[in-house]
Amino acid sequence: MSNSPLSILRFKVIFIICWLVIITDQAIALNFFGLPWQAAIIDSLICNALLLLACLLIMHTLRYYLPRGQQYINIFSICIFLSILWLILSKWLLKLSLGHYPGYTDMLHQSLSIRFSIGFLLLGCITMISILWYNQQEQKEKDTRKTDAEKLAKEAELFKLRQQLQPHFLFNSLNSINALIGSRPEEARKMVQQLSDFLRGTIKKEETQWVTLQEELQYLQLYLDIEKVRFGNRLATDINIDENTQSMKLPALLLQPIVENAIKFGLYDTTGETVIRLYASREENNLVIRVMNPFDPETSSPKQGIGFGLKSVQRRLYLLFARTDLLSTEAKENIFITVVKIPETT
Amino acid sequence: MGKIIIIDDEPLARSIVREFLQKHPQLEVIQECGDGFEGVKAIQQHQPDLIFLDIQMPKITGFEMLELIEQPPGVIFTTAFDEFAIKAFEAHAIDYLLKPFNQDRFDKAIGKWTEQRSGTTEKATQDLLESASLSPSQRQRIVVRNGSKIKIISVHDVFYLEAADDYVKIHTQEGYFLKNKTMNHFEQSLDIHQFVRSHRSYIVNVQQITRIDPYEKDNHVAILRSGAKVPVSRSGYSKLKEVLGL
Repeated sequence: MSNSPLSILRFKVIFIICWLVIITDQAIALNFFGLPWQAAIIDSLICNALLLLACLLIMHTLRYYLPRGQQYINIFSICIFLSILWLILSKWLLKLSLGHYPGYTDMLHQSLSIRFSIGFLLLGCITMISILWYNQQEQKEKDTRKTDAEKLAKEAELFKLRQQLQPHFLFNSLNSINALIGSRPEEARKMVQQLSDFLRGTIKKEETQWVTLQEELQYLQLYLDIEKVRFGNRLATDINIDENTQSMKLPALLLQPIVENAIKFGLYDTTGETVIRLYASREENNLVIRVMNPFDPETSSPKQGIGFGLKSVQRRLYLLFARTDLLSTEAKENIFITVVKIPETT
Repeated sequence: MGKIIIIDDEPLARSIVREFLQKHPQLEVIQECGDGFEGVKAIQQHQPDLIFLDIQMPKITGFEMLELIEQPPGVIFTTAFDEFAIKAFEAHAIDYLLKPFNQDRFDKAIGKWTEQRSGTTEKATQDLLESASLSPSQRQRIVVRNGSKIKIISVHDVFYLEAADDYVKIHTQEGYFLKNKTMNHFEQSLDIHQFVRSHRSYIVNVQQITRIDPYEKDNHVAILRSGAKVPVSRSGYSKLKEVLGL
């Protein structure tokens, strides 16, 4: 339910001042046309008190019932109806309380039409202002709802994107641990620890959180250690980051899927040892990270290499920065390079 | 006695199979392989009775590897998470091990294989491979064997397919390769918007066609970019017209 404009103190004060001005004006006008001060003030009070009631009534009605399209004619009729009602009622009350003043009844009859038009105008103005106000309120509510919904959808989407990356890695890691338990229990224990730390990291960190490159690399190392146990000698890594990038920030958990993609692509597209390289540098005001993996240009066109992993990274970067040019890939001879740019927001 | 080959790209995954096999002294591991290429070689060389086969492996998948072997041995599939593969196993009632698995489950799989050993499971395996070839990744490429070499052909590089007795000739830039499959298999598994069965014995890649000329009465011939001519029958002609939007 939208708030009445009178719930705001500023509007309430203005509203009251306006009515005082109207009451005073009318009293002065009546006095000017020869009515004694006392009668003029009573007339103005009765008249305008009734009009105030009518105005409040219409404001209240509009709070629950906002006209749409064709219904404006209804509002117009209600205004006319209320004005007439107000006129009859005030005429009756005025006659009752001021009828004993000489010449008052005549003046009242003569002024009826002008009273009606002033009343109708005021009522109309209030109605219009109320309609505008409530429409605006409604729009505001709609907007907040929309942004809320969008935010929720965004969070849900981000969550889902990350979940989808996990199962293959998780089950294979468990299988490795299973194998280690028999032969090398100490290493099994270590890998359980690494896997737990890694999983805790994915749960703990929120998608919107920003971390330094150093923190992200520590987390990435957990992942790489696990993968190295899984793939043994086949997987080697080379991480090289410029000194001045260490404290630069990036969205949490952004690098892992890129590296995961590189490992998958590299390991599944070649036989023998695979070296995954990660270089970080500062270019203008961007943190630029390049991840490289070997591939076989004869059997796979690089286009096929952009699997689910990278698509989700691209989507995430879009949700965070509303830009689609932050992630790019290129193939040079037998090396596939994924480049991600992260604008620094300070 | 039974000869075993373990094919999996993760060394630890192979070692656990080896470990669980200790309870079955009648089975002997004669080789471990880290990818499908090694797998094909080892199977040809040793003619094992049973292989343990991972699905997701470097270069070619376990399914693609099996396709390259003329008389596949008994197979126990091992996989961590591959919804497509699991669906295929379920559909053809083929036993598989979900990683990580324990000794009990492993023993059951061995028991099942021992029972079925006398009966033939080759039919089920063939059916499995048939449905596995419909997976999105496998529809993009064709794996063939050329002597001792294994070749992965992207479907976009295929000019046309031609029936040749029990085989299908796959024509590409580098000449043709033979695959032990039927024309119907390829007609079903290849993208129907790109590959059209223009003739009983031909499937053509429409992206390679430069023009279609009339040829004798009622028949046509498609001229490809490479200059090759592919016969087009009357019904093939109407299919082509539909795909090309003529």
